Amino acid sequence: MSKVKVARKSTRIDMTAMSDVTVLLLTFFMLTSTFVKKEPVTVATPASVSEIKIPETNILSILIDPKGKVFMSMDKQTDMENSLTKVGEEYGVTFTPEEINKFRISTTFGVPIKNMKAYLAMKPEEQDKILGSLGIPTDSTDNQFKSWVKAARKSNGTNMIIAIKADQETPYKVIKSVMTSLQDLRENRYNLITALKKETAK
Amino acid sequence: MAEIQENSGGGKKKKGGSKQKKLSVHIDFTPMVDMNMLLITFFMLCTSLSKPQTMEISMPSNDKVNQQDQPAVKASQAVTLVLAGKDSLFYYEGKPDYGNYQSLKLSSYGADGIRTLLLNKNREAVIKIRELKDKKAQSKISEAQFKKEVSEIKGGKNTPTVIIKATDTSTYKNLIDALDEMQICNIGKYVIDKYSPTAEGLLIKNYRSKGAYSRK
Repeated sequence: MSKVKVARKSTRIDMTAMSDVTVLLLTFFMLTSTFVKKEPVTVATPASVSEIKIPETNILSILIDPKGKVFMSMDKQTDMENSLTKVGEEYGVTFTPEEINKFRISTTFGVPIKNMKAYLAMKPEEQDKILGSLGIPTDSTDNQFKSWVKAARKSNGTNMIIAIKADQETPYKVIKSVMTSLQDLRENRYNLITALKKETAK
Repeated sequence: MAEIQENSGGGKKKKGGSKQKKLSVHIDFTPMVDMNMLLITFFMLCTSLSKPQTMEISMPSNDKVNQQDQPAVKASQAVTLVLAGKDSLFYYEGKPDYGNYQSLKLSSYGADGIRTLLLNKNREAVIKIRELKDKKAQSKISEAQFKKEVSEIKGGKNTPTVIIKATDTSTYKNLIDALDEMQICNIGKYVIDKYSPTAEGLLIKNYRSKGAYSRK
């Protein structure tokens, strides 16, 4: 009986093909990705059957957390800048170019205007920590929310879309105050952001 | 790691032949793949591929409208939904009847609650739209035509008008659910109205106390 000869093979695998695939995937993800915006509060949107997708640009998104705090974000940095100066003028606060610059790069904002200077002077980590507990005042006596929307509308033009993203547990009272504020500004068309739910009429 | 194998190593030296060695270049791609995988993971976690859905609504403007210009809603076509707290939903048809506590009915969100009622009320339009959808699926009509006809059907004369009144204790989810039902039931005419504690509030109180208020 002759011994079965086991051929010695090298276990080296050619990784070139694998590398090709990963590079392709990487390119795909890099090109299609739109980064998740950093939001100061976590918001679980309610589900709906609506299938309209929201456009990507020129949106003023209004974020409402379960406790009723209101935050805003815009996608263009120049508009952020313009809105800040405009709202600042309205409330008699002037900002230094440095402060405006800091404000411009922040993704979501929502600070009462009188605290804005102190807020902008903070370090980014501290800003993140404190932002969730602030929010834009929407009361009828001190409605800074209106000023922000007005300023944003002026800066962005008529094509700007207003999108409301609210948590499903938010009491209607808060939504109502936001909606009436928008109504006062003659902003009668806006979008409500929802998650997708599959359900059809039977 | 990149390695360069010398093929001619250890062989005999050729006489007078070219001295150039044949090189075969093997590069180990494993670290490259590792790095790429890491980057892919990063991008996959950071991206939001699915865009959020949105629901378009238009609210009536605050401008004062003449009484004549205001569209009058037929009482027989009107359904008023009252979104109360704790996910409960009441509705009444036509005008509120303060004398009869049973005019206000308790319903629920979802398939077997308010949807059945609305689908029944809107039966004509629902059937028409379903036919249109079938036509569209068989590509007999274009997308634009489909949209136009749907909006025509939705605005038709015999379709119900739904008035949504949300109480302060109801949540945003309730509102979205109610608006959702409008979409599912193909109701084109609906409005979000202000809830008044003296009108609808009284109805609810009356309902909860089984007519204690109307007896007085």
